[in-house]
Amino acid sequence: MHMHKFEKIWLIFGVTALLVFLTVLGVSAFYLGNQPPSCLATVDPEKVDTTAPFNEPGLKKVEGKDWDYELVFVAQAFAYTPGDVEVPLGAKVKVIATTKDVIHGFEVAGTNINMMVEPGYISELVTTFDKPGEYLVLCNEYCGSGHHMMTSKIKVVE
Amino acid sequence: MLKASLSSKVDPRDAKLSMAHFYVAFTALLVGGLAGLLQVLVRSGKFQLPFGIGYYQVLTVHGVLLGLVLTTFFILGFHLAAVSKTSGTLTNKQRTVGWIGFWIALVGTVMAAVMVLLNQASVLFTFYAPLKAHALFYLGLTLVVVGSWFNSAVIIMKYAEWRRANPGQPSPLLTFMALINTLMWCVATIGVASTVLIQLLPWSLGIVDTVNVGISRTLFWYFGHPLVYFWLLPAYMAWYVVVPKVIGTKVFSDSLARMSFILFLLFSIPVGFHHQLLEPGIDPAWKFLQVILTFLVVIPSLMTAFSLFATFESFGRSKGATGLFGWLKKLPWGDARFTVPFIGMVAFIPGGAGGMVNASHQMNQVVHNTIWVTGHFHLTVATAVVLTYFGVTFWLVPHLTGRTLTKKMNKLALTQGILWAVGMTFMSGAMHAAGLLGAPRRSSFSEYGGAAQAAEWIPYQIAQAVGGSILFIAVLLMVYIFINLAFFAPKGEQEFPVGEATNQAEKAPMVFENWKLWLGITVLLILFAYTIPFIDLIQNAPPGAKGGRFW
Repeated sequence: MHMHKFEKIWLIFGVTALLVFLTVLGVSAFYLGNQPPSCLATVDPEKVDTTAPFNEPGLKKVEGKDWDYELVFVAQAFAYTPGDVEVPLGAKVKVIATTKDVIHGFEVAGTNINMMVEPGYISELVTTFDKPGEYLVLCNEYCGSGHHMMTSKIKVVE
Repeated sequence: MLKASLSSKVDPRDAKLSMAHFYVAFTALLVGGLAGLLQVLVRSGKFQLPFGIGYYQVLTVHGVLLGLVLTTFFILGFHLAAVSKTSGTLTNKQRTVGWIGFWIALVGTVMAAVMVLLNQASVLFTFYAPLKAHALFYLGLTLVVVGSWFNSAVIIMKYAEWRRANPGQPSPLLTFMALINTLMWCVATIGVASTVLIQLLPWSLGIVDTVNVGISRTLFWYFGHPLVYFWLLPAYMAWYVVVPKVIGTKVFSDSLARMSFILFLLFSIPVGFHHQLLEPGIDPAWKFLQVILTFLVVIPSLMTAFSLFATFESFGRSKGATGLFGWLKKLPWGDARFTVPFIGMVAFIPGGAGGMVNASHQMNQVVHNTIWVTGHFHLTVATAVVLTYFGVTFWLVPHLTGRTLTKKMNKLALTQGILWAVGMTFMSGAMHAAGLLGAPRRSSFSEYGGAAQAAEWIPYQIAQAVGGSILFIAVLLMVYIFINLAFFAPKGEQEFPVGEATNQAEKAPMVFENWKLWLGITVLLILFAYTIPFIDLIQNAPPGAKGGRFW
């Protein structure tokens, strides 16, 4: 099978660029720990309200962990609990969320906080709030007629 | 025999079967396009839907009709015509199977459409459980897939027949490509058929109470990504084989075209996790593995880009072009059969680049489920792919109906393509920009409780409405052109352009026709990428979700 010389050069260049790109992603994921939220824990979607930590949604200071606070959200059509919350500036926070009914999104607009929330599963990610201000939390996965009304607020305060 | 079949027209009986598919496809374009217009208007905040019609119902109409019905019916019709043209007229038995498939798929489409119109299935075209649609919606979608399997059987039978009649010969290029797309479709649809038949249908009928969401989503996305390649490969068929003939040159390399299609078959399926990167329940190492497999389609994409532009440049130079870009001037810009697909090719460059962002393990988090994603696939499927389908329509429909594309229609077709490009630049551009600011996809107009961040998105939503309105005018033009070519254009002979390879003497290696090998590798890659995480999802399954109707 004949391949034009220029095509060989083009493909060698392209494949090399691809390998560099994938290496960067791999080093970021496995060496620097930048993995997408992939919590493996589960919860009975019918018993969310009585299962810790979802029985007490909101911000809680924790000791002896890699993060200073845990911020627990419960999603259901078409609201988040808590409806708004204050977080101290610079705090390292583990966000923990689940849903009581259908699939929802959990996005904090203007940040990289973005994850799917699915019934039966717990979603987690660790983040640092290093810019003060008011952030909009919204549902970015269609969940029904009130989907676009489903919001919360995170105030990062000094 | 090859020469005889190349010069002949598609048999009128096969043409009728193809055209039946196109009538459905272009009806879907008209109604789906109208739904799209309504959406962008609502989202501008300046317009409200009358008669209590819901935004999400209209969104479901748009996605189902354009994402599923227009594409599937157009592709099946195009595959049938391409195979009939290059491998010979269908036998009566094959054609009957094709008609059975068409009617099953049409009945399924009507069932699903009625349920959507009755507001019993406002679950969008991805129908994520546990949003529970009416059972007839799921049954209708199942029938669409079953119907497509009958049509797949026609392509496979015709290919097998050709190979038996021409031992030791590589199959005609267009037939080979249609076969690859058909095989990919058959392997991929197993996933969606499984979740619908085993999980969603029994649950919507009340036979079981709950559904396992993680498994359903994984089966869906096992199908969902090859679905987008199923849309794309017919456009590649036109780019590789048809467009060179339209401009009056040869196919750059028959063998490399076959190889790139084989690579698409291998790397289109074991990659669904890159749609599930932000999901719980899946180990990130398996996500990363599928990210790597996803990126391997970069290789056939680069091969395609090279061979297309090499074709254009060598054509221009053969006409005496000089300088680095002089060949661009020699291309037949006045011919809509070339220019409209060419606009599609150009759109595929930013579209592909955006896709790399989406599939990147980490960057996905910035854009996931924002309207950036909507902007992305309106460049890929709704520009690159669809404009190429339109470019095919301009000659295929008159070829099948025994009419011709007149100068006037050609001009209108060019206008249509340019309007599409302008409208999409506004709409998709504004979607990408708003998405980076955090604006979500699939959401009705909302001020989000007066949030300052949400207020920043509104000017972009107005730009989307401007672009979407221009696009709707282009849709109307396209439907008008289709009706003209199907019923009113002057009788005559319109060429079915099939390019020949530059080097006829160099036969494509027969290993490309070894389906045990290629399907074997396909299955192995799927097993490699999915077995362990799928078993994990089953073994560690949470109690099922009841879900329900939330609209």
